[in-house]
Amino acid sequence: MKMWKNIRFFSLIFFVLSMVVLAGCGQTAPPASTPTPANPDLILATTTSTQDSGLLDVLIPMFEKKTGYKVKTVAVGTGAALALGQKGEADVLLTHAPSSEQPLVDDKTVVNYQLLMHNDFIIVGPANDPAGVKDAATLEDLFKAISDSKAIFISRGDKSGTDTKEKDLWKKAGINPSGSWYQESGVGMGQTLNIASQKAGYTLTDRATYLANKDNLQLEILREGDSVLLNIYHVMQVNPEKFPQVNKDGAKAFVDFMTSSDTQKTIGEFGKDKYGQALFFPDYGKNVEDLGK
Amino acid sequence: MDLIWQGIKQAFHLLLTGDPEVVEIVLSTLQVSGSATLISVIIGVPLGTLIALNSFPGRKFALSLVNTGMGMPPVVVGLWVSIFLWRSGPFGFLDILYTKTAMIIAQAIIASPVVVGLTAAAIGQTDPKLRLQIRALGANRLQYLWYLLREVRFALFAAIIAGFGAVVSEIGASMMVGGNIKGMTRVLTTATALEVSKGNFDLAIALSIILMLLAYGVTFWLTQLQQKQQGV
Repeated sequence: MKMWKNIRFFSLIFFVLSMVVLAGCGQTAPPASTPTPANPDLILATTTSTQDSGLLDVLIPMFEKKTGYKVKTVAVGTGAALALGQKGEADVLLTHAPSSEQPLVDDKTVVNYQLLMHNDFIIVGPANDPAGVKDAATLEDLFKAISDSKAIFISRGDKSGTDTKEKDLWKKAGINPSGSWYQESGVGMGQTLNIASQKAGYTLTDRATYLANKDNLQLEILREGDSVLLNIYHVMQVNPEKFPQVNKDGAKAFVDFMTSSDTQKTIGEFGKDKYGQALFFPDYGKNVEDLGK
Repeated sequence: MDLIWQGIKQAFHLLLTGDPEVVEIVLSTLQVSGSATLISVIIGVPLGTLIALNSFPGRKFALSLVNTGMGMPPVVVGLWVSIFLWRSGPFGFLDILYTKTAMIIAQAIIASPVVVGLTAAAIGQTDPKLRLQIRALGANRLQYLWYLLREVRFALFAAIIAGFGAVVSEIGASMMVGGNIKGMTRVLTTATALEVSKGNFDLAIALSIILMLLAYGVTFWLTQLQQKQQGV
């Protein structure tokens, strides 16, 4: 009797744990109209801003429904996304740091490099503006004002597209920011905005993430509109000739989808209902030099 | 305060209405952490027993490794599992990075040392006289192990609870090897972090409450089983 009880007890544990393993194993079959590609898994390495703003939540399901690919979106900073591309760990990239992307285009790590959309970077900070950046004539003056007054500035510090842009701006102003006022958050844009808000600091952000988070933040737009503050997104395929294991067809389908007129229209409409203004401006077919004019 | 109240209300709203996205995240969490715990028990209990009952050269060293492993940082496990599973890595051909399988592997690695360590400690604490007595009663090797494990089943449950607790609460490894992909590898911890970075604090609070309820529910159920077995 006792032996039986023990067997029952251990088999019960085993049974229940097996149930746990099986839970959620059910796969939903795609609708009949969706084609079935030979290699359906597609890895997209992209920046946090496209995910945090909610744009990908709209576009990815559209793409999956239309083509039958299953997209694994890995949202990291632009630096990390490009590094994944450089190792052939991702199939397609969507990033926003043209100066970091150019070397990959040049050495043919990526192909089919297409201008996709832009929005802009803005400088946000506390409403009382302790460093007086509102009065700065040029961006150089603005960064100088922050560093001179040692007002808290929160940097991403993660080699993301935004971080790259911020470092460029400091460099242009001839300042090498350091000291206790210059703090690196090491997290995504949404989180960095929260930190800046809590510490009443300044930060550089893309407009989309700021608008998406605005209600929780005690930060105001203190500078916008300079042409160097454009935030330009490109989509590109990781070169299948260099990395035979990448999903070439899926990556091409993704680039084609992102640059199609329907998708471009969706990008232009995104956010209008919620924020009263578009978060991204579709740019496929334009010249980078003509943006913001 | 209003935010917290909103979050609590939303948590119950999401649970009661069975929001499909939240249900999926909860099921993924149970599936991944449950499987990882099961694997860690399958690996950990025999290994812990082996270490506790046998004396072999390097036993102390093995034990010290296991004890260190009990506090292994998930983010370290995540990094190493990623490196091995990258397309360019030794197991890249499996093509399982950014899947639940990869998360289960990483979490099993995190939970196994906990189960090994606690099993070894439990068996190590049994009275040597008892062990002798079981043998003296003519038990064969298998029966001997069976009775010994039965003797420490209370502690074994504690090992399972600790293993599950370690993996259901970790985020570093899940984020790195799973990628927090919507509808696939998003679990409660990674979903909470994402909602915080999106600025959806009420939803993040709701998810955190659901996670705590889940952890409590599973632990409560295991504790019930444990107490029943103890005959309390």
